Amino acid sequence: MQYVDNVVFVAVLALAIFWFSKQVGRIRKNINLGRDIDRTDRKSERWSTMLRVAFGQSKMQARPIPGILHFIVYAGFILINIEVLEILIDGIFGTHRVFAPVLGESFYGVVIGFFEVLAVLVLLACVIFLWRRNVSKVKRFQSAEMKGWAFRDGNNILVIEIVLMTALLTMNAAEANFEGHGQAPFLVSAYLAPLFSGLDQSTLHFVERFAWWFHILGILAFLNYLPVSKHFHIILAFPNTWFSNLDAKGRFSNMASVTKEVKMMMDPNADPFAAPAEGDEAAEPGRFGAKDVTDLNWVNLMNAYSCTECGRCTSECPANITGKKLSPRKVMMDTRDRLEEVGANVAKNGEFKEDGKSLLDDYITREELWACTSCNACTQACPVNIDPLSIIVQMRNYLVMEESAAPQELNLMMTNVENNGAPWQFAQADRLNWKDEA
Amino acid sequence: MSEALKVPTMAEMMASGQKPEVLFWVGCAGSFDDRAKKITRAFVKLLNKANVPFAVLGTEESCTGDPAKRAGNEFLFQMQALMNIEVLNAYEVQKIVTTCPHCFNTLKNEYPELGGKYEVMHHTQFLKKLLDEGKLKVEGGVYKGKRITFHDPCYLGRANDEYEAPREVLAQLEADISEMKSCKQRGLCCGAGGAQMFKEAEKGNKEVNIERTEQALEVQPDIVATGCPFCNTMMTDGVKVKEQSTKVKVYDVAELLAKAQA
Ligand code: SF4
Ligand code: SF4
Repeated sequence: MQYVDNVVFVAVLALAIFWFSKQVGRIRKNINLGRDIDRTDRKSERWSTMLRVAFGQSKMQARPIPGILHFIVYAGFILINIEVLEILIDGIFGTHRVFAPVLGESFYGVVIGFFEVLAVLVLLACVIFLWRRNVSKVKRFQSAEMKGWAFRDGNNILVIEIVLMTALLTMNAAEANFEGHGQAPFLVSAYLAPLFSGLDQSTLHFVERFAWWFHILGILAFLNYLPVSKHFHIILAFPNTWFSNLDAKGRFSNMASVTKEVKMMMDPNADPFAAPAEGDEAAEPGRFGAKDVTDLNWVNLMNAYSCTECGRCTSECPANITGKKLSPRKVMMDTRDRLEEVGANVAKNGEFKEDGKSLLDDYITREELWACTSCNACTQACPVNIDPLSIIVQMRNYLVMEESAAPQELNLMMTNVENNGAPWQFAQADRLNWKDEA
Repeated sequence: MSEALKVPTMAEMMASGQKPEVLFWVGCAGSFDDRAKKITRAFVKLLNKANVPFAVLGTEESCTGDPAKRAGNEFLFQMQALMNIEVLNAYEVQKIVTTCPHCFNTLKNEYPELGGKYEVMHHTQFLKKLLDEGKLKVEGGVYKGKRITFHDPCYLGRANDEYEAPREVLAQLEADISEMKSCKQRGLCCGAGGAQMFKEAEKGNKEVNIERTEQALEVQPDIVATGCPFCNTMMTDGVKVKEQSTKVKVYDVAELLAKAQA
């Protein structure tokens, strides 16, 4: 009988890990539905970007209050994981506080005391975050796209973290009352211990065990909540920043397939019927620009799964600030939601079965796309280097190059560029007239 | 500014066997827009004053293709780009300066891959260099006691990480330089980028340029300085709508410097 606990623990742990990897596999497959793009150059710059932006959270500090609070939760999460590692080892081998003899009782006490302080700080930060979302109603959490699941998801995460931290502290506080407990009480739970001092020993042991199991099962459940939540950013933030766009933000990539055609048009000696060179088909896109998620590249799609729905992009977007429908956060959320739909479709049918829908129109409207000024405020603001503008531009490419569906005034502008080399109706011969005008 | 400007074209230079140090890319706004033409002339005045051997393409210049590309028309963009590159390469141009951040961005970032590799500078960077080298000086103390605020053009700032050059030029004007609450990396767009200049805005509750003008007016400036002909138009309109035109003037960095010449 004495191994029942360990066996149950190992079984639950295995199940949790299995289920989590299955979900990660699904997301991975979905991301791979995107077009290819090479983002493996300049490796050292990539590592340093990741260290700075994801690990060091440099862009979070543009707004100091949430920046610091978030850093506390993040640092707490990483460091408390050391204690979780101990809990996992204890659970598997049926030991109790296996690190204590390794570190020496008194140093161990200091370490756990430090974790307890972190736990309290995390708890407080989460309470403040809940306050900001639900009571003081910080504006960027109130937009249209934050209704429903997105709103509940944000709260769920914070409540789960508060509950987990409480369980951790309860466990330690109950244990401090154990008879013959050699360990000096830990820094924070020492103050909580009196809450449990009236209980008899067997109840105390039950409370401690209950809190222990509750905490670790909670963590495993939380692990499996990540892939359906914006909280998945705690994992994807790292690869997402590694694969960031390292070029100047103003540089829009040139479509190689277009270059070939334009060169052919301009070259009087080109043979339009010449057979394409070997391997050229692979470079040929199915269509110009993006109508649906599978027309986007896989970095765009990874961006969508990395989005924390924090709304920093939207709150800096000039179009959104002035009441237009465009919201770069919504662009990312729509891309993810549509990708989930397409991914499920592919998983069910073996390949994509036409469902009469697309990212364009069914998720993102033309009105939103045309409101963008391409100002890059969103990419600058994003704490995990997401690029909503890239998706917007590719969708404009589709609208103009496949559907000729630009707004009328833009068609006029483009006709002018084509006919007289300027966006207005002025003759190229008059280009130097300014020279002699006073 | 009615004195005659010296504006040689590449074709004239070539005919007389000369090669200018730098090509001044005027851009469509700088060539045709009445307000922007004044910026062009101010910049040329400074080039003349500093004796910079430059030339323009004149009637051989054509739209870089930027508005077409931002609107989504990659075909038209590349047609323009390849045509311009052919002209530029025929003149063996190596260095370009431009008063338009959109031209600057496109020439600098999007032309190289298509065969147009040049050293490209924004005019504020170029002016800073002329000041640093002592080829230009600030004289007259025209701006003493005046408050100037600088509006960052998106395509110079965020798009190309240049925030300091225009500020360093302004810093030499002996004026009081005040920053708006959102500036540099967090500067708000004027509303003209991404081909918005050429169309009506989508439905909303405000125009972007009004929002940005309000931010500028908060610092109670005498002058709003810009570094982009489109920003200039947007901010000038904004100041007009807010009925502040008599008190607040909108000028390009080049115009401000040109006025501070003896
Ligand atoms: S680039 Fe477009 S979507 Fe992004 S902030 Fe600017 S206007 Fe908004
Ligand atoms: S795209 Fe970036 S800034 Fe915008 S909501 Fe997502 S994580 Fe936040």
